[in-house]
Amino acid sequence: MSESIVLEIRDLRSHFFTAKGQVPAVDGVSIQVPAGKIIGIVGESGCGKSMTFMSVMGLLRYPGKVVGGTIFLDGRDITHLKPKELSKVRGNEISMIFQEPMTSLNPVYPVGKQVREAILLHQKVSKKEARERVLDIFRAVGISEPEKRYYSYPHQLSGGLRQRVMIGMAMVCRPKVMIADEPTTALDVTIEAQILRLMQRLCREQGTSIILITHNMGVVAEVCDYVYVMYAGKVMEQAETFALFERTSHPYTQGLLRSIPKLDEKAKRLYTIEGVVPNLLHLPKGCSFCTRCGQARERCFSERPKLYETEDGHGVRCFAYEREGVFV
Amino acid sequence: MLNKVLKRIVISIPVLIGVVLAIFIMLRIVPGDPVTTMMGEHVNPAVIEKISREMGLDQPMIVQFFKYVFNALRGDFGTSYRLNRNVTQIILDAFPNTVKLSLMAAAVAWLIGIVAGIVAAVRQNKLLDRMFMGCALMGVSMPVFMTALILQYVFAFKLKWFPVSGYDSWKAMVLPAIALGWNSAGSIARMTRSNLVEVMQNDFIRTARAKGLREKGVIIRHALKNAMLPVVTMMALQFSSMLSGAVLTESVFGVPGIGRLAVNGIETRDMPLLQGTVVFTTILIIIGNLIADLLYNVLDPRIREGA
Amino acid sequence: MEKTMTEDKNQVVGSEAMDGQRDKEHIREDLELSAQLGESDSWEDKLKTMVRQNKLAAFSAVILFLIFLAAVFAPVVAPYDHLAQSLTDRLQDPSAAHLLGTDELGRDVLSRIIYGARISLTIGLVPTLISMAIGTVLGLCAGFYGGKVDFIIMRLADVMLAFPSLLLAMVVMYTMGGGLINIFIALSLVNWAGTARIVRSQTLSLKEKEFVEAARSIGVKKWTIMFRHILPNCLPSLIVLFTLNIPSAILSEASLSFLGIGAQPPSASWGLMAVRGKKYLFSEPWLSIAPSAAIMIVVMAFNFLGDGLRDVLDPYLKEQ
Repeated sequence: MSESIVLEIRDLRSHFFTAKGQVPAVDGVSIQVPAGKIIGIVGESGCGKSMTFMSVMGLLRYPGKVVGGTIFLDGRDITHLKPKELSKVRGNEISMIFQEPMTSLNPVYPVGKQVREAILLHQKVSKKEARERVLDIFRAVGISEPEKRYYSYPHQLSGGLRQRVMIGMAMVCRPKVMIADEPTTALDVTIEAQILRLMQRLCREQGTSIILITHNMGVVAEVCDYVYVMYAGKVMEQAETFALFERTSHPYTQGLLRSIPKLDEKAKRLYTIEGVVPNLLHLPKGCSFCTRCGQARERCFSERPKLYETEDGHGVRCFAYEREGVFV
Repeated sequence: MLNKVLKRIVISIPVLIGVVLAIFIMLRIVPGDPVTTMMGEHVNPAVIEKISREMGLDQPMIVQFFKYVFNALRGDFGTSYRLNRNVTQIILDAFPNTVKLSLMAAAVAWLIGIVAGIVAAVRQNKLLDRMFMGCALMGVSMPVFMTALILQYVFAFKLKWFPVSGYDSWKAMVLPAIALGWNSAGSIARMTRSNLVEVMQNDFIRTARAKGLREKGVIIRHALKNAMLPVVTMMALQFSSMLSGAVLTESVFGVPGIGRLAVNGIETRDMPLLQGTVVFTTILIIIGNLIADLLYNVLDPRIREGA
Repeated sequence: MEKTMTEDKNQVVGSEAMDGQRDKEHIREDLELSAQLGESDSWEDKLKTMVRQNKLAAFSAVILFLIFLAAVFAPVVAPYDHLAQSLTDRLQDPSAAHLLGTDELGRDVLSRIIYGARISLTIGLVPTLISMAIGTVLGLCAGFYGGKVDFIIMRLADVMLAFPSLLLAMVVMYTMGGGLINIFIALSLVNWAGTARIVRSQTLSLKEKEFVEAARSIGVKKWTIMFRHILPNCLPSLIVLFTLNIPSAILSEASLSFLGIGAQPPSASWGLMAVRGKKYLFSEPWLSIAPSAAIMIVVMAFNFLGDGLRDVLDPYLKEQ
């Protein structure tokens, strides 16, 4: 990876402090985001993918807490910023949109004003000028009749439109990185395609890097340049998108891909990964996937694998690839 | 919108009629002849009969009722037995005192209640929160007369900051206002806190944080408006019940307001006075409910703008 | 929330875990989870949850139990006869002999407060029970039969709710005259409307549930469905409502007695004691403050207990 890195997460650890014990929801995650690329983060719900980026945004609330690791945004350590400094970064240099466009907008304010607020918070412009910019970004994210929509309340818009407003809000300050946490999960398939194409276009035109959190391998294949597969708070495999699909290495990723229905194959029955996501309080002693892995050997139950680098540049957390050297 | 308002008003009318009818009946099933009760046992029966006729008490109850409603619509609640004055006039004389008291009490309740509620929500589960909520529950649980007596003892008698009773100056009204508002302050604080805490769980709060708003801004600009919608409704309801229910406060501090009239009406068995007061205050309550309902409609864009 | 519920109970998932009403949320989630898994908690479990999570509610229950015992065994517990006058001991300050002093007739205030607990608890429990029974039956009928029955009952409830409650009780007292028995009747008659509304709305939704449909399809009688199938499902709300209605009944009695239109002398009603002590407020403040404080303690304990019960039994019943 020779491009400049805008966001680097190094060995991030975030824990939940619950009555039943300390839950390592993010357990030593390292991710690099190059400028102007779309990075996919894949995994089942509860694997820590949202948690990782809530930690990056400093949005983690009690009982969740970042306990270790460093986050660099454009070479600057933002891990230990004071609330005041952090709020200058949030929404300005790095922004985030969420899964639920229905509830992510404040029901009692017109959407235009909610987007305008993001501009007024970070830039010294007049309200009138800010309004013009809101209308510009509304046009850019494909909202028709922006003048009219400016004064609409969230409940008067469709889910797709609301997500466009959210993207507009996230992009209006031209951030370096936009994190999209399952942005299309709650939308229709046709709307989903539109939103994904919109994000791709914005990424190209504005040079913003996008981190796409999803559990949908199809979405990843369509828009992402590079993919991280997460499981139980750890990165299991990482590779360029094409390479990941071409030479899937980790047994977990293989399972994920096999469980997608394909139109061109007449499968008798859809594949499912055996078992359930392990309880993070009682993780296996060895590899966290060992209890569900078809290829697990004795060693997998007693020892934790590191992230090993394969010949073709994948990172894989599996003893099967150990001989090829430790990644990073 | 206008339709909604009209519809609400139309729905209130049968309730109003029902209320007046209920009061009318309840006050007339008193055992014994009202005039005898009023004048005493040892009055000449001929005199009693004459007075009964003058007051229209010899007519069938249904005729009396329609007469009463007809007169009430013209603003005439009849004549007081004891004071021998027009009840409407008596009420209008007393009402300004009650309004003054209620306005001050509402100011106290809203200021203390909302501020305490917000602070408690922000410092959730911390010491300050527990303290404020303990006080709020105490406020809700204290009988109004207890608050009144303690205030009177401490601030009027011991510290001599305020007069013990009276109603002629704003200063004299301070203690009654606190006594009356204390209760409401408690319930407003509890409601503000619980709504705010609930609203803070919403996704749009996360959006506001992600936008770069600091915690104070998140609460003031995004959470508060959502949380206050139901509280505003409750405040409207409380205000109308203060206007009608300051009975205890008025009686401890000797404020000659609407509440005193009702108590006087009962003590002196002055039926027209009691009836007029109760009908008047119930109308206030019904109007209060109406306003509270409409306020909610106006303030919440989800209802106002339609889906 | 959906995510959390479908997954392992112990696992906390990223974005869903936030600070906030932690105790309540936990209880609520636990309840939702157990409802989903079909293993609905027994009463005992729910009460245990409350005792564990809400110490204040548990403590209030203990206090109320002690007050209840004191009221029942008043002749044993009270140091003096609550009616015994002694002109030589008038208006004494609190002392070892009279912990809360004596009143203007030389009666021991503490003994009177202990006897007064009988009045307040009875007023709190019995009329509330009666008015709620009336409200429950009317609410069940309104919800179950619908149509005209519903219309008439609910308009009646609207009328009742439009009255300021203290004023309504005052009107009833005017009609029937003062005295404790009449307060009893007044409070029993005027407070049913709120219960009727809640029971009606619950009946409306329960009526559509499968088990009611099933009972109806096999020809179970209407009254049996109402009382055997629907009513038990309203019980948790009713219990919470009962606990929260008691203090308002106690306050109503105290207020009426304070205004002189409730309990009559020589009754040891706390409200009456407070108003009689009011004359001596500046010289012997405890005469009015002590009985008032007794009211406050009982009311507060019921409120704490009610809040706690609501959290475990009926988290969806909103604070009004």
